[in-house]
Amino acid sequence: MISILILSALGLVFGLGLGWAALRFHIDSDPVVERIDALLPQTQCGQCGYPGCRPYAEAISVEEADINQCPPGGEAGIRALADLLGREPKPLNPENGEETPKTVVLIDESRCIGCTLCIQACPVDAIVGAAKLMHTVIKSECTGCNLCLPPCPVDCIDIVEVETHKPRWRRPRPQAVPLRVL
Amino acid sequence: MASSRQIELAREAGKRIHHFHGGLRLRHNKKISCLDPVERPPLPEVLVVPLLQHAGDIADPLVHAGDTVLKGQPIGQCQPCAAIHSPVSGLVEAIEDRPMSHPSGQKGPCVVIRPNGKEQWIELKPLSNWLDANPDSLITQIQSCGLAGLGGAVFPTHTKMRDGRDRETHTLILNGVECEPYISCDEMLMREQPDKIILGARVLRRVLGAEHVIIAIEDQMGSVQRSLTGSAEFAESENISVVKVPKIYPEGGERQLVQVLTGLEVPAGGRPSDLGLICQNVATAAAVAEAVTEGKPLIERYITVTGNGISHPRNYLALFGTPVSHLVDCCGGYTGDVARLVVGGPMMGYPLESDKAPVVKASNCLLALSHQDIAEPQPEMPCIRCGECARVCPAMLLPQQLHLQIRNELWKPVEEYGLSECIECGCCDFVCPSHIPLVDWFRYGKGELRKQALESEAVELARKRFEDREARLLRIKQERAQKMAHRKQMLKGKTAQQERIQASIKRAENRSRSMPEEQSSGERDDT
Repeated sequence: MISILILSALGLVFGLGLGWAALRFHIDSDPVVERIDALLPQTQCGQCGYPGCRPYAEAISVEEADINQCPPGGEAGIRALADLLGREPKPLNPENGEETPKTVVLIDESRCIGCTLCIQACPVDAIVGAAKLMHTVIKSECTGCNLCLPPCPVDCIDIVEVETHKPRWRRPRPQAVPLRVL
Repeated sequence: MASSRQIELAREAGKRIHHFHGGLRLRHNKKISCLDPVERPPLPEVLVVPLLQHAGDIADPLVHAGDTVLKGQPIGQCQPCAAIHSPVSGLVEAIEDRPMSHPSGQKGPCVVIRPNGKEQWIELKPLSNWLDANPDSLITQIQSCGLAGLGGAVFPTHTKMRDGRDRETHTLILNGVECEPYISCDEMLMREQPDKIILGARVLRRVLGAEHVIIAIEDQMGSVQRSLTGSAEFAESENISVVKVPKIYPEGGERQLVQVLTGLEVPAGGRPSDLGLICQNVATAAAVAEAVTEGKPLIERYITVTGNGISHPRNYLALFGTPVSHLVDCCGGYTGDVARLVVGGPMMGYPLESDKAPVVKASNCLLALSHQDIAEPQPEMPCIRCGECARVCPAMLLPQQLHLQIRNELWKPVEEYGLSECIECGCCDFVCPSHIPLVDWFRYGKGELRKQALESEAVELARKRFEDREARLLRIKQERAQKMAHRKQMLKGKTAQQERIQASIKRAENRSRSMPEEQSSGERDDT
């Protein structure tokens, strides 16, 4: 009889404790979305079919979108997502595009008419300019999403390679000396 | 951060000799280059001064092709790094891409100067009253003279000194431990210029506000100790001691030297200044003395030209920009059996593609190795987990683990296992029975980690800008909606007002309709 009482009292105490903790440590946002978003490349290019990296992360978390729809993230990104979500990695969906080296855009300032359409299209505010004045791209902040290309009425935006200059030189991966066959 | 107890222990630096983990005992091979006194070689035909002399950005040139420059005139500037000065008076022939003594072997922008042989100095501005000058003006003088650490890392001296001055520094350590085989330039400097080194030590001590100076030398350098302690400057100075440390490679590394002198480890990710210590190379101290008391910028350095591939190995006081081929010619040329040219020592140096590359601030040694010196490249075998590399690692890392993680691109564990603490000394390479080029892997891994850090910075920036933009668009939308609602309210208000006006008009009309009767009655009264 006593043991039953003690156990029910303990149950009640722990139950109340858990109930209080659930209220006290309540988290509003979904941590999975945050963790998926942290793995995405933040180019905000929309090639996945969603209007940015965060919406895509939300779609993945509710299993509305697959993990292989992000071309800028590439194979490495898919592998990281598969690791996080415990799914099998799969090849990039060709419908979303191909994995390409990182580029930035450059506005040919002599041809720019100052229409501000690209400024409105840029998801990271990396284009500066005003109506009827020349526009220019902040190179260090361009993510290479190319969303400014379609709205440009005079095709004055070009895609260029990111330049790496000498101080940023990195050691190459060591090459193995081939084994001599006797 | 170091505890106060550790700082207290660090004050005892040099009183007892401690040990660091691992290390190697190597054959010194220094004697062959120490037989002749140090001389200046004759001027070469042209000097090629690279605008990139340390890790960081390329300096901006301050001169143009066709300009005449004076000896000691600034020719390159770059804000966080040290300035670059013309080593001779002459004509700037060009600023163009040339081989520049860099591990990448790439060409880079260099100032090509043809000396006119007049050796005209620019007007020098010494701080002759340095004993009364405040530390800030001394640091500015050090910076404008382009001083950088001459031990090999070429860290800008003024940055290090500013860090040391801002924290409580009690001891200045002058590093004269040249632990790599073959290199003897610091030993020759300490033998020939002891007064300059000690004068430089006093200047640096004044900048730091430190109490003690320890000059650390190797236990085999008997003549060096005699020359340092026998110099006139030493007799006049107080609290300067010369400490001999045992000869174990890589004892000349900053962290290893601190451990030998104090028994304390510099915390991971920290600097010796956390313990109240500042290390400077002896050659840097001598250059500080010249910069402060004579106003001379850093334009030349001691360099050892040695190895079995050199006919007559010796040390030179060479101007920056001197092609190394010129130094080799002055040493009597090659012996004919040269397998590899190396800048720096055999353990940490990097191979040079051509002997047209110039002497730079970092070049302490030019080593011409013969075929018998270098082992034939051995095929790499799998790691057998013998653990030799961990036994010799002076940073107490686990090279075998790091190597496998880097190979498999597991960057998170690589960071956790402390790759950034690797000093690239090459001990693990040297002992590896499977001939794995471990240091090459670690350098590659460090480059990748740096790249990833830069990329994640860019990603964070893009995320922030995207979120800010979303927030701004939302705010504009809300503001617009609010404005619309407000206007609607206003319109509604207008109709209500109009209704009120209409009503009052109606009331007035009603009144005027009733008024004429009253008026007519009044008129009647009047009449």
